[in-house]
Order: sequence, then C-alpha cells, then structure tokens
Amino acid sequence: MAANVGAGGAPTQGRKPARGAKVITVTSGKGGVGKTTTTANIGVAMAQLQKRVVLIDADIGLRNLDIVMGLENRIVYDLVDVVEGRCKLRQAMIKHKQFAELYLIPAAQTRDKTAVSPADMVKIADQLRPEFDFILIDCPAGIERGFRNAVAPADEVLIVTNPEVSAVRDADRIIGLLEAENKGPANLILNRVKPDMIRKGEMLSPEDVTDILAIKLIGIVPEDESVVSSSNAGTPLALQEGSRAGQAYRDIARRLMGENVPFMQLEESGGFLKRISRMFGGS
Amino acid sequence: MSSWIDRMFGRSPKVGSGSKAKERLQFILIHDRINLPPERLEAMKQEILAVISKYVAVDSQNVDIALQNRDRTPAIVADIPFYKPIPGIDPDEDVDTPPHDLSALDENDDEEKPE
Repeated sequence: MAANVGAGGAPTQGRKPARGAKVITVTSGKGGVGKTTTTANIGVAMAQLQKRVVLIDADIGLRNLDIVMGLENRIVYDLVDVVEGRCKLRQAMIKHKQFAELYLIPAAQTRDKTAVSPADMVKIADQLRPEFDFILIDCPAGIERGFRNAVAPADEVLIVTNPEVSAVRDADRIIGLLEAENKGPANLILNRVKPDMIRKGEMLSPEDVTDILAIKLIGIVPEDESVVSSSNAGTPLALQEGSRAGQAYRDIARRLMGENVPFMQLEESGGFLKRISRMFGGS
Repeated sequence: MSSWIDRMFGRSPKVGSGSKAKERLQFILIHDRINLPPERLEAMKQEILAVISKYVAVDSQNVDIALQNRDRTPAIVADIPFYKPIPGIDPDEDVDTPPHDLSALDENDDEEKPE
C-alpha cells in the first residue's frame, strides 16, 4: 500500500482509501437540537487532542457552522465553489485561528441543497481522507437532499436529539432511514439535558430515550447557558475548562477516538461534575 | 436494565410529565415505524379476527392484538382466546388446544364451528 498522507491536497479519486480519515456525519432530523454546536465542539475537542480534523457545513443556503467556529470573516470560497470547479478544495478550507490542523469547509449561503449531490460529497470526502484523522459533516435539518448529501460519505453517524417527544420522534425517523441505507448503527447524543427536571420526572431521561430508540448512547450533554455565550463569541465551549457541556463534548470526542470514557455525573447543586466509576455503555 | 442512568441522576420513581412523554412517544413511534395509522391497524385487527372466526369461535371480548417493538423491530402480537367448546356438541374437536395457540389453525382443516 502506498503511503497516503500526501502534502498539499493531491486528490485520491474514485474508491475509498483503505486508510485515512473517518467520516462522521452529525444529523438529527429536527432542527434546533444542537447539530451545529455539536459538530463545532467535537471538532475543536478532537483538534485539542492533536487530531487532524476538517469540518464540512453541508447546510447549503443556511450556513451556520462558520459563525459558531468564529470563522465567518475568513470565507472566500465555499463547498459549492468546489463542486462547481471555481476553486481547488484547498482554497475552500479555512484554517482555524487556534489549531493548525483544524479546518472548515463552509456551505454556500446563496444557493440551495440541489447545488451539491451525494456523489459530490463522497468525492470531496475521499479527497480529504488521506490528510485527516476525522471529517465531521454538519447535516442540515430534514430528510431530503441535504440529509442525503451529508450522509452519503459517512462511515459513522451521530444523531443529536433533545429529551422531547418531537425531537426523539424525528431521531427515530432518521434511524430508520439510515438503516435503510445501511449506514447504521448510529450513535446517539442526547443534548440539552436538564438533570433537575429529570429528577422530578418532568423530562425524558437518557434511559427513556435509549429504551425507545434502541441505539447506543455516546454522549449526554447538559443544558448549559455558556453554549449561547460561546456561540456569541465564536469560541466553541469545548475550549472552556469549567463548562459542563464543554466537558461532555470533550468526552464524546474521546469516545469517538475509541477511548472508554465514563459518563460524568450531572449534579443539580453547584454544577460541579464528578466522574462515576461505572464504565461507559455498561453492555 | 434499570439503571445506572437513574442512579446517576439520583432519581426516584417518576410520576411527572416525563412518563407521559415516554408513553406518547412509544405509541407514535410504533405507528411511524410500520407506517400504519391507528385506523388501518384497527381494520387489520378486524380482518384477522374475521379470518380466525371462520374456523373457531373467538371470545371477542378478550381479544388483545397490539403492536410491539422488539429492539427497533416491530411485531404484531395477538392474544385471541376461543370460546370454550360446549361439551358433547362437537366430539371431534381437539379440546386440548390451548386458547391462543394459533398453530391449531393449521390442523383444523375440517372447519369445525362450535356455534
């Protein structure tokens, strides 16, 4: 096998390289559950752990990942420019301010999902694979073209949901579609969890949700106001040591890298977190 | 399966809207997954009962036909009790057949009707 860690974007066309990046698509069905925040934070957390990461915003027409990443002022070319041949893939890759090996490929803002096809996404991912450890794709809401684009190159799919009936229902639909495309089994991230409400029985618990969806839970992210302030600042909160949600995202990143990280204990009072000794997953 | 997550949240048995949410979700998803709205399911139940009633007398008050999820795989589970045969009326009938053993249908080719 030839070494496939090439310099400067020598593309590998055609079939998937045997080695190279793992492509992880972050999806949800329902909008507003935290896909973009999740993608940004996992990306940053992986970069912190010395991984070479590229984030792709697949939400053509409604781009957001650049803002959450604080890179909106650096966009020259976007995903559609690459697909339509107006620039080289390299030229559309925006380097993160803090991490030399974290990049973003932004979505086009003035086009729609039909400007990109699933085959385009597979091709772009295959070009990127040799040079990165992880390719994270931020999927748009919905189950149409944008979803199919985002999922086409995925080796692994993360489903983000909230502990709410409508969000879980949409997650279930997504799981069904992924099964039909042989893209399973997906992993679940339960976002915006409020431990005090769960304790009072006023919110679906992680166990309720995993019972119903019957897929593996890879992260529980507590509701955390600093998500808003970090989006305001364009600094993903996985970079903030004191944040509970940031810790949850860092843990997810390590699990995706194959580590066995126990779930943190989410305590109501004081907000401090404590690791539980039980190991992740249990089964 | 209950649960380290419960313990993690220090949770007592719940009574709030969370359990209502779970019930509603289970109902919604079972119909989503098989793409069969409740009224179609009802029609299917009636047809199943009609077919079985051609062969045996069904205790229709105690029929329970429901959808279940077994790890994302939907299944229809039917509990269809028969009326107890009235002794002496139909000496050929296999009275030992358990009330909801549907495999008995395969053997009753001679269309016994106790009523």
